[in-house]
Amino acid sequence: MNANDSTAYGAVPEEAVGLDLNDHTAMDDYQTIGEPLVDNAKMSARDVNVFYADKHAIMDVSLDIGENQVLAMIGPSGCGKSTFLRSLNRMNDIIPICRVSGNIALDGEDIYASNQDTVLLRARVGMVFQKPNPFPKSIYENVAYGPRIHGLAHSKAEMDEIVEQSLRRASLWDEVKDVLDKPGTGLSGGQQQRLCIARAIAVSPEVILMDEPCSALDPIATARIEELIDELKERFTIAIVTHSMQQAARVSQRTAYFHLGKLIEVGDTKQIFTMPRHELTENYITGRFG
Amino acid sequence: MSKETFRNTELIQASLKKRYAREKRFQLYGQLAVLAGFAFLFILLFDIVSKGTPAFTQKYLLVDVHFSADKLGVAPGAGEEELSRANYSGVIKASLREMFPDVSSRSDKRRLYRMVSIGAEYDLRDQVLSDPGLIGQRKDVWLLAHSEAASYLKGQVSRESPEAERRVKDVQMDWLDQLRDDGRTRSAFNTLFFLEGDSREPELAGIRAALQGSFFTLLVTFLLAFPVGVFAAVYLEEFAPRNRITDLIEININNLAAVPSIVFGLLGLAVFINFFELPRSAPLVGGIVLSLMTLPTIIITSRAAIQAVSPSIREAALGVGASKLQTVFHHVLPVAMPGILTGSIIGMAQALGESAPLLMIGMVAFIMDSPASVTDPATVLPVQIFLWADSPERGFTEKTSAAIMVLMGFLILMNALAIYLRKRFETK
Ligand SMILES: Nc1ncnc2c1ncn2[C@@H]1O[C@H](COP(=O)(O)OP(=O)(O)OP(=O)(O)O)[C@@H](O)[C@H]1O
Ligand SMILES: [Mg+2]
Repeated sequence: MNANDSTAYGAVPEEAVGLDLNDHTAMDDYQTIGEPLVDNAKMSARDVNVFYADKHAIMDVSLDIGENQVLAMIGPSGCGKSTFLRSLNRMNDIIPICRVSGNIALDGEDIYASNQDTVLLRARVGMVFQKPNPFPKSIYENVAYGPRIHGLAHSKAEMDEIVEQSLRRASLWDEVKDVLDKPGTGLSGGQQQRLCIARAIAVSPEVILMDEPCSALDPIATARIEELIDELKERFTIAIVTHSMQQAARVSQRTAYFHLGKLIEVGDTKQIFTMPRHELTENYITGRFG
Repeated sequence: MSKETFRNTELIQASLKKRYAREKRFQLYGQLAVLAGFAFLFILLFDIVSKGTPAFTQKYLLVDVHFSADKLGVAPGAGEEELSRANYSGVIKASLREMFPDVSSRSDKRRLYRMVSIGAEYDLRDQVLSDPGLIGQRKDVWLLAHSEAASYLKGQVSRESPEAERRVKDVQMDWLDQLRDDGRTRSAFNTLFFLEGDSREPELAGIRAALQGSFFTLLVTFLLAFPVGVFAAVYLEEFAPRNRITDLIEININNLAAVPSIVFGLLGLAVFINFFELPRSAPLVGGIVLSLMTLPTIIITSRAAIQAVSPSIREAALGVGASKLQTVFHHVLPVAMPGILTGSIIGMAQALGESAPLLMIGMVAFIMDSPASVTDPATVLPVQIFLWADSPERGFTEKTSAAIMVLMGFLILMNALAIYLRKRFETK
């Protein structure tokens, strides 16, 4: 969309909340607009704050991810989308200076509780990264690794079954079924990303977190992965970070807009894209800001 | 405006000349420096190779040996026992006298005998033992030449130099010339050099014992330093918390890499030999000392290799629910391994060339027999070189250079392996 598009500009609803970007006092105790909470929450975050040493990267974010839904997270670069996503499966734990406070629950259980095992958590909440990162091992081994370390297959046949299933669901099977022993790093970027998705779903997680999974891909590969996400939501709950408004609009049911560490607005994807209530959201999706 | 632009162009053009000249000059200095470095290297290599190459050939003299029972001092039908103790040196001396009947004075006779190596006696003994029928017969036998005679035959001493200053005297040269003219001298590849241990006689001295000593020492070094170094690196890099203590450890490891190696030798002497009473001169202690020395190298390079592993692989592994240990052992270490191996090989190459700390723990003994285990007294290649370099005989000078050539051969081999591993790592 064009920034000067008068129709888009004119479509701003009357009740849009005006806000001065430079007025930080106005932002301090900001209340998210929209419906951050849902009834059938698979994961729920409450008053989450994330710090990198002194840097306050996420501020008082409360947000639910509905079961078997796709939640898209959008916002300008550096606003904390990845940070929030990574706190959902405690991937931030590996960054020594990172601290998370607040409450994040999976099926009502606090994932930051002291008795929560990160290995189990990450088996239940899988992740697909921005840059395809297959292991420098065979395609088969890439997919089989998760199930193997978790002891999900009891025989070679069972493992073969899991590998085939996962690759099929990631719609990669037909392309690689004859080269399963070739290194996963030898595939094309789009194939690698689908391999990473297959690897993530091979351990049958309940939630899949995707951080800009298509940013390194061409439109055709992107379209395939979007199709895939649409199918995957039947079985999994998905949270996806994306910089593409169209992608968010196509694949998600709900959309959350982040700005400078704050969750500005959440709502039905359709509503967010047609009738954003906050000025920042509106500016962002109309392309006037970001 | 346009005038100004024109002026600027002019100014820049004027300064360009100067700048390019400076650049040219700098390049020239650089090339000269590289050239100088290569020249020194070339001179060094040329010196070593030209000195060492003759050591790989051995000279033999064809002597008409008369195996007389009388001279041997054995009764007919003597047993093996008696034959092995027979007077072979007497037989050689008598045979030489027969070949050069004119030699009469005592000193000339001594010079005549000195043309053949002591080792020839053992050759004769072996021949007689395997064929007792030789006794009483005459036979042309190739006898190993003494190192001094050999040095003349190899053209390393000339007649022109004053006789008093050389060990090969004029008479000996005459005899050798005569033998050569009769076709009674021959060269052969010096197998003894690789099959024998040290000896007082240069023509019999070899590097076998030192090589074996080096092998055992490096084996101990590798078995200790590699696993300890890699595990220390993995722990420090992946598991240790970042705090004062680990900072201190890190600084100390870096400092340890700069400690002069002889200090490790003193430590080995005080701790392992005097306190723990491990055997002196043994590869076991040598290996322990060298492993202390290589440990910092291995830890530092391994940490660098582990650090270089892309974080995305770690994230991928953690993301599917691998534990930290699984992530490290299944994914990080395999990728880092070529780098770790490269560092370890370079560390081992350093250890192979090290002599100072081993001198401190007594691996400087005169070793004739190859060590059979890590607790036998042994020496190592660099120390053997040091010992030979200290010997005045001309024969040992060439042995020194030859041993250096062998040592450098191994070092080049190890470094080539390291480079190969790194190249393979990079192309992946
Ligand atoms: N490892 C880190 N150490 C310190 N600060 C970090 C770290 N990772 C992120 N940050 C900071 O946290 C803020 C949020 O970063 P984050 O990566 O979550 O942004 P993002 O919304 O994902 O941006 P992008 O769209 O560019 O990926 C940024 O200001 C960033 O500088
Ligand atoms: Mg990001």
